[in-house]
Amino acid sequence: MSAVANQTRKAGAATFRKRSLWHDARDRFMANRAAMISTGIMLTIVVLAIIVPIWGPHPLEEVYWDRMMIAPTLENNHWFGTDVNGRDMFARVFYGARISLTIGVLTTLVAMTIGVTYGAVAGYAGGRIGAVMMRFVDIVYAVPALFLIIVLVSVFGNNFILVFISIGAVEWLTMARIVRGQTLSIKEKDYLEAARALGLPASAVLVRYIIPNVLGPVIVYATLLIPINILVESYLSFLGLGVQEPFTSWGRLISQGAKEMEMAPWLLLAPAVFLTVTMFCFNFIGDGLRDALDPKDR
Amino acid sequence: MPGYIIRRLFFAIPTMFVIILLTFLLMHMAPGGPFDDLVDIDPEVLANLRAAYNLDDTVWKQFLAYLGGLLQGDLGPSLVYREQTVGHIIAVGLPVSVTIGLSAMTIGLSIGLVCGIVAALKHNSVLDYTLMAAAMTGVAVPTFVTAPLLILIFGLYLSWLPISGWNGGQIQHLILPVTALAIPKIAAIARIARGAMLESINTDYVRTARAKGLGEFKVIVHHVLRPVFIPITSYLGPAIAGVMTGSVIIEKIFGLPGIGRAFVDAALNRDYPVVMGIVIVYAAFIVLLNLIVDILYGFLDPRIRQT
Repeated sequence: MSAVANQTRKAGAATFRKRSLWHDARDRFMANRAAMISTGIMLTIVVLAIIVPIWGPHPLEEVYWDRMMIAPTLENNHWFGTDVNGRDMFARVFYGARISLTIGVLTTLVAMTIGVTYGAVAGYAGGRIGAVMMRFVDIVYAVPALFLIIVLVSVFGNNFILVFISIGAVEWLTMARIVRGQTLSIKEKDYLEAARALGLPASAVLVRYIIPNVLGPVIVYATLLIPINILVESYLSFLGLGVQEPFTSWGRLISQGAKEMEMAPWLLLAPAVFLTVTMFCFNFIGDGLRDALDPKDR
Repeated sequence: MPGYIIRRLFFAIPTMFVIILLTFLLMHMAPGGPFDDLVDIDPEVLANLRAAYNLDDTVWKQFLAYLGGLLQGDLGPSLVYREQTVGHIIAVGLPVSVTIGLSAMTIGLSIGLVCGIVAALKHNSVLDYTLMAAAMTGVAVPTFVTAPLLILIFGLYLSWLPISGWNGGQIQHLILPVTALAIPKIAAIARIARGAMLESINTDYVRTARAKGLGEFKVIVHHVLRPVFIPITSYLGPAIAGVMTGSVIIEKIFGLPGIGRAFVDAALNRDYPVVMGIVIVYAAFIVLLNLIVDILYGFLDPRIRQT
């Protein structure tokens, strides 16, 4: 289908196929090599995170008493070596990937839900209510997110679910600002006035017109928020405030690896490399999406 | 300009108030009381203890009492280290945190600016690409990865520098933590400076400056560089917040007795008054520094003062 479209474009002839903005955005994204390679790497990590704990050579918690802290080797399939307790690092790194990526995505969804709703309401309500709502955002913005999260975690305990709700509950502020700005600009458009003139209630206007229109910037920011949240979770786990045994995440693995790095640097390097690669990939994907969804910027 | 400063000040005061109120309410919602671990205690003694700390008052009375104490510089007692007050813990830790934070900011600004300017002047050269690839890495690699790596290389393998401890702020003990803290700032500032520089090189007024025969050095210093400081200044606010966040991790890794480490330890021990006191100190720092940045911004860019 797109091959036909490409051919007609090559021929310089006008194409009559209906092309949506999303279609154009997809083509622009696919043309971005860094973003496509990053997407490929991330998909690979995600697939490995799903299958390694299930079908990998070693179970997560299996302790090999005779093979503690051995360096990466092909022997016995310890590709990333083993940790202080003789557990296989390859299995642990991808089990950690599961938790880190899940937390990254779930916290972003929490932040997105709160931020989009809050921003859309503040923008659409406008006037004094909107101003007060945004003033609150400005105030909370003054405190670095990590501090608020540490306060929340210390108050509500570091239970797995509460950790990601806490992260999401703090990281929605920028999202709310973006959505409010977009909403304000859309609010003045003629088609919205037409919708109101036809008697559509405010809630329907929000759902049918405002939210679909702010989706582009929201997707871009969400992609950039996922690595930030993975990092925040890693910070927490590194400090001992994040996920607890028997769970593990990249941050926890890095923190444990840092303790043994003189004897066994691979325990630090393996999770650190995966975390860093993930940071790079999400940033490239986010940049690619921004270029694809907002061609004005280029 | 004075009107602008006063307006910014009027924003800073309610901000502090709301932050104090929010943290107070959060701490109040926390489960468990400070005397829960005193099991076989006479109920009368417990009642006296609760009365001594005003725990039986309403939330609002307790908040006003806390606020009153705060205005006199009294942040209350620590619940874990009974012989210490929160104020004492902060007074001991603050100089350490401020020293490494300020050093990291200074280094981040100076090296970052130089790298960004050089990269922009040598646009599209090998040097430009190398610097920007390094900056990209510096932004992407988290502090808690760079810090252990620095310890591993310079502390353990090469044995050039001590790997932890404060030792009265000796310079050798400062180098690694400050470097680890400064790297992401150097990288971010270099990227911003390069972008702003490339933009300003292509403006009409720079072309005019060249056309009237000004030497290249003067063109750069007087015309190209000036607008570069505007995005750098607006980045200072987030950068300061970033250094403070980073210093929590760095102090923990390098075993520095700063307030960042006290903060994490207090959070782990659920020592609520300490957690609260340190959040308030951090918030006060950020609000104050943002105020300074805003005022600086007003000086740099006259357009800001009007709005």
